[in-house]
Amino acid sequence: MSDVVERTLTALPSLLSSDPSPGRPSSTSKLGTLIRGITELTSKHDEEKLIQRELVSIKEQVSSPNTTMRQMKELMVRAVYCEMLGYEASFSYIHAIKLAQQGTALDKRVGYLAVSLFLNESHELLLLLVNTVLKDLQSTNLIEVCMALTVVGQVFPKDMIPAILPMVEEKLNHPKEIIRRKAVLALYKFYLIAPNQVQHIHSKFRKALCDKDPGVMSASLHIYLEMVTEKPESYKDLVVSFVTILKQVVGGKLPIDFNYHSVPAPWLQIQLLRILSLLGKNDRSTSEMMYEVLDESLRRAEMNHNITYAILFECVKTIYTIHPKAELLEKAAKCIGNFVLSPKINLKYLGLKALTYVVQQDANLALQHQMTIIECLDHSDLIIKRETLELLFRITNGQNVKVIVEKLLEFLRHSKDDYVTIDLGGKVTELAEKYAPDNSWFIRTMNTVFLLVGDQMQPDIPNSFLRLLSEGFESAEEDQQLRLLAVDSYVSLLQEQPARLPQRFLQVISWVLGEYSSVKEGLEPATVLRLLAPLLDLRHCSSETKSWVLAAMTKLSAGPACLSVAQELAERHGGSLDTTLRQKLHELQHLASDAELLRRVLPCSDGLESLEVDSSLSFLDGFVSEALAAGAAPYKPPHQRQEELAQEKALSVEPYGLSLPLSLSSSSIAGRLSPTVLSMSSGLSGNSTELSPKGGALRLEGVTRVWGKEGYLAKAALKPEEAAKTEVPCTLSVLQEGGSAPRTPVVSLPAPAPGPSLQAEREKQQLASCLFVGLGSQGAAGPCLMGKAEPTRHGFRKKVKGQGSSSGAREPSGDSASSSHSPSPLSAQSAMDNLLCSSPLDSGSTPSPADSAPSPADSAPSLADSATSPVDPAPHLPHDLPANNRPCDAQEDLTEDTDTSETVVEGNSVAVVDPYDPESLCLSPHLPEELCGLPRSEFRPLCRDASLVLSACCVRTDHSSLLVVFVSNASDSAARGFALQMTSGDLEVSRVRGGPEEEEEHVEGHSVAVYQYSLVPTRPSVHMELAGRASYQRPDGEPQSTPFSYGLSLPDFIRPLSVSTEEYGRLWLASSNDTKQNLALLSQEPDPLRATLHRLRDRLQLNVVDIIASEGIVACQLLQGPPCLMHCRLNAGCLAVWLRSSLPELPDCLLYHCQRALAQH
Amino acid sequence: MRMRRYYFKEHNFNMKGDLWGLVRLPAPGESWFTPVSERYKRKVIRDMTMMVVGRPARSCNFLQWRDLKIKDRRYASLYFCVGMESEDNELLTLEVLHRYVEMLDKYFGNVCELDLIFNFEKAYYILDEFLMGGEVLETSKIDIGVAIEDADVLQETLEEYMSKPTY
Repeated sequence: MSDVVERTLTALPSLLSSDPSPGRPSSTSKLGTLIRGITELTSKHDEEKLIQRELVSIKEQVSSPNTTMRQMKELMVRAVYCEMLGYEASFSYIHAIKLAQQGTALDKRVGYLAVSLFLNESHELLLLLVNTVLKDLQSTNLIEVCMALTVVGQVFPKDMIPAILPMVEEKLNHPKEIIRRKAVLALYKFYLIAPNQVQHIHSKFRKALCDKDPGVMSASLHIYLEMVTEKPESYKDLVVSFVTILKQVVGGKLPIDFNYHSVPAPWLQIQLLRILSLLGKNDRSTSEMMYEVLDESLRRAEMNHNITYAILFECVKTIYTIHPKAELLEKAAKCIGNFVLSPKINLKYLGLKALTYVVQQDANLALQHQMTIIECLDHSDLIIKRETLELLFRITNGQNVKVIVEKLLEFLRHSKDDYVTIDLGGKVTELAEKYAPDNSWFIRTMNTVFLLVGDQMQPDIPNSFLRLLSEGFESAEEDQQLRLLAVDSYVSLLQEQPARLPQRFLQVISWVLGEYSSVKEGLEPATVLRLLAPLLDLRHCSSETKSWVLAAMTKLSAGPACLSVAQELAERHGGSLDTTLRQKLHELQHLASDAELLRRVLPCSDGLESLEVDSSLSFLDGFVSEALAAGAAPYKPPHQRQEELAQEKALSVEPYGLSLPLSLSSSSIAGRLSPTVLSMSSGLSGNSTELSPKGGALRLEGVTRVWGKEGYLAKAALKPEEAAKTEVPCTLSVLQEGGSAPRTPVVSLPAPAPGPSLQAEREKQQLASCLFVGLGSQGAAGPCLMGKAEPTRHGFRKKVKGQGSSSGAREPSGDSASSSHSPSPLSAQSAMDNLLCSSPLDSGSTPSPADSAPSPADSAPSLADSATSPVDPAPHLPHDLPANNRPCDAQEDLTEDTDTSETVVEGNSVAVVDPYDPESLCLSPHLPEELCGLPRSEFRPLCRDASLVLSACCVRTDHSSLLVVFVSNASDSAARGFALQMTSGDLEVSRVRGGPEEEEEHVEGHSVAVYQYSLVPTRPSVHMELAGRASYQRPDGEPQSTPFSYGLSLPDFIRPLSVSTEEYGRLWLASSNDTKQNLALLSQEPDPLRATLHRLRDRLQLNVVDIIASEGIVACQLLQGPPCLMHCRLNAGCLAVWLRSSLPELPDCLLYHCQRALAQH
Repeated sequence: MRMRRYYFKEHNFNMKGDLWGLVRLPAPGESWFTPVSERYKRKVIRDMTMMVVGRPARSCNFLQWRDLKIKDRRYASLYFCVGMESEDNELLTLEVLHRYVEMLDKYFGNVCELDLIFNFEKAYYILDEFLMGGEVLETSKIDIGVAIEDADVLQETLEEYMSKPTY
């Protein structure tokens, strides 16, 4: 191949001048002329001029009405070329679409190509394309259909997918396999960009998987890989099929067309292996099904070609991911060995990657290849080096941390890539915090990191470092020593060359000196001040850093010597344009001159007095709700984000637990330290935290217990160690002569080949023994190798972690709810009292889980009743009082109550409600009488501020849905001029009744005003959002306004439609907009169909018109809107439903809620 | 085979070798399978060009750029590069490139740089037939060759082709 290209290259001049062979069109065309013109130019400037000229001429021609489609095609190609060179040709976009629309098949192709190159997915012109695609999909010309499907897979606006989805689905049944294949991939694309749109066609994916054409089948695997990644447990039943397919592929049963370099369908194989690894993870029985085929794949893939290596690599990964089997593991290990030892650099890289992947399960493998790994450390190829470092990072433990960190830092010193620098900086920090053998090493390492990584560093690194210093570890003595060391090293750094230090480091230095320079005896504050003062003169010093410096100086400024420095500074910088700087200087001057004041403002302490912090940040509620109303995404706690992120990186996270970041909500912060985010592990670091200092060995024991039945692991591990032990005496002395060894005690392996390179060889081995120490499977072996049994230190993080867990109750976890809400008998009692005398406002201060909601037992039947017999206004009045009293009877009911009430919430409304919200406690007495017996949703808090609390619930009457808003005024004074405004895109909101004093519109102190709004959906959608704003005047006359939002879901607006079977038949024929889907059946019930339909009736207020044998008909109606009819039939273990309505969106939305209603119990 | 987060790029540059030359005469073909911003595209291409071209001979075919891995394969003066997520199989990606080049070769006869420069749109068609949404659509080179050739002849004969079996 390459020689061909080279040959043509030498012929380049002649080719340029003459037309190439007849089959190859046109370097004489206009495009050819253009390209040749560009080639001949000598400067960028000329090129620009030429292209601009070209674009002007293209523009002229495209907009001329006389241009034929054929010419247009040619023009488009030229426009694309210009655009690719980086010149904008946006005028031609619209013409590209036009060409796609109007041209014949071949012109269309250029048009579609230009569109896919010009426009990105969010470009507004794409909307114009939808129609063309629709038309082409319906075309009888297969080429046109193909092109349409191709462009759909490239760029298609997300919100227009529903328009073409049915058409694409239809193509799944097309007689030509190429069309089916493309349709499957188009659906795959839809799945990627809008997964919920294609949820209902899962059954069709299965059909595609069973397609007789292997091409279509392999295309469907892309979708399955995505779906399995998301939810492996629901596809376990397919394992057998996947295994069978893989067996057939490996066995060469596919048509020969699918061979690639005589390997059968490698792409297909790898796809299947990947799916199998996801399915077999942590699942013994599933894994057992695939052992045989994996073995077969390993055996077959023996040809010496890249593609077989690719398959082998995937096999190895799968074998290490699924439930282990010793025999396969042995083969996989051998495979990795072959990769690592391969002279081919690509294979070596893959081998290292595989090692990194498996090393935490099987550290002995790294031991076996230690010499190769050492060689790779000095490899000339950067990526090999990096992968090796990654590997080392994973095998770090308390014993080899010094050497490994040294290696990482060395790489860091030479790295020019910012991304790498930041990543490695984070890793070094993490290792240092976890495994630091002693204080001075820690400080030294951190200094190097600060110096090398500089200002690009993630901000949490300095923060967590400072936190460590201020909070300390186990013993106060160690803390003091650490601080002393820090102060010492910083003082000497400042004395040398402060100008070269990065900003962040300067900030750290000044903070530490400000806080802890008193630790060092004999260090006068004035000396420190004089050291810090020059920093203010540095030109590159940012004003932020200057503030840190000045803050540090202020803390130190005591005594006459400091005063003089302060005054000196004030003189020098007093004229600075930076007002912050000037202010700080001013403060410094004042405080320096007034020691009494200084002591009062900045009390000198040991830094650990606690400040009370409102960790719930309730004072920000207003801000948050405003931001939410303005469309901001709701806040996710960092660990949740981390998890989501981690789930995407499938490779790195799989076998290891995730390192949860430490608690952010620690309630006490130290001294004057501004608390900020704790260190969050950087990059891949999350994966290594499992290796705790001594855990390195311990964990491996655990692993061997699982795997090492055959004992081969132990044997392999023993070898190097035994060798090392026997050689200890002589090699140690050699090392001492060499003198190049680091200060860690080292041992060496026997030198295999004495020769001229003996010295180098020895160095390597010595390095190896440093790096791989502590990796053996025998727990005791590590310390012995070290020469002395060093007690394993606890990492620096330990303490912080402990704190995190001690404040764990504040974390938004399940147990926090139970701990903070398990009320003392007293509070339960008081809650009861409050309830009985029904004084709602007092109860606001009593955090009791008392009722929050009618218990499900009460609410569900009432819903059902009202649904089936709308005439009868709920005979048993689910008034809240009986429910309220329940918790008072038996305290142990409380936890149970929590769970159940939450399920009710899910059933009825979307938003998650805190069932303990005090405000909702006693609102039910305020519910207008006429609404009392009707089904209603939870009371949900809308917003609150100092004096007013707004809550709301949604009440369903037969002909309307009412939003009842309760405004509780807890303060003494009235809120005047109270007004509520509400808007929604999906709903029509109109006011029904105002508060008690309609004309006055103010809410008296200690009272509750009730507002009612009638809601009518303008169009059905799954969830509807209501945005509102409450405004009023505070007692001091200041206007106050608080935004809020309220989420509603479709069932709030669905009413049963009572029709007879005949009427139903008529309505059915009159409706259109079919939607069909299979729903899950409540199969454990004795009569599944009836049970399922009744569940739907109870949850969604549908009317079950009739049930005949295995079919049922159900009817409902959108509030003040059209009916929706549903026909259900039992079919192969699921419920095949067929919906019809005159509103196209209604069936879809309803189906969604049906699925939800059936999914939850 | 997942390149969906990133892009596929065939890159060709002038043998003058200086930076200006690189920018000036790309017969660039690039396909992005994920929506990314223009700025990001430009940055990736610039950085990637520097990295790929500036590498010493006989080194690894893989490069790391930020969080994406770049695989490149050189055919004479043509560099074909793919960027993909780090979890993907590197060797397989290299083979995707190789297969693509095989297809180009099959279609153009003996493919050379100039074929790609002057017929870049054809190269795109082949790529579209081969990969869809970043995934391998068609692994049989016979099929694609036939599909492209046939699209070049008249429409009627096309329909005839489509109705005959592909295997």
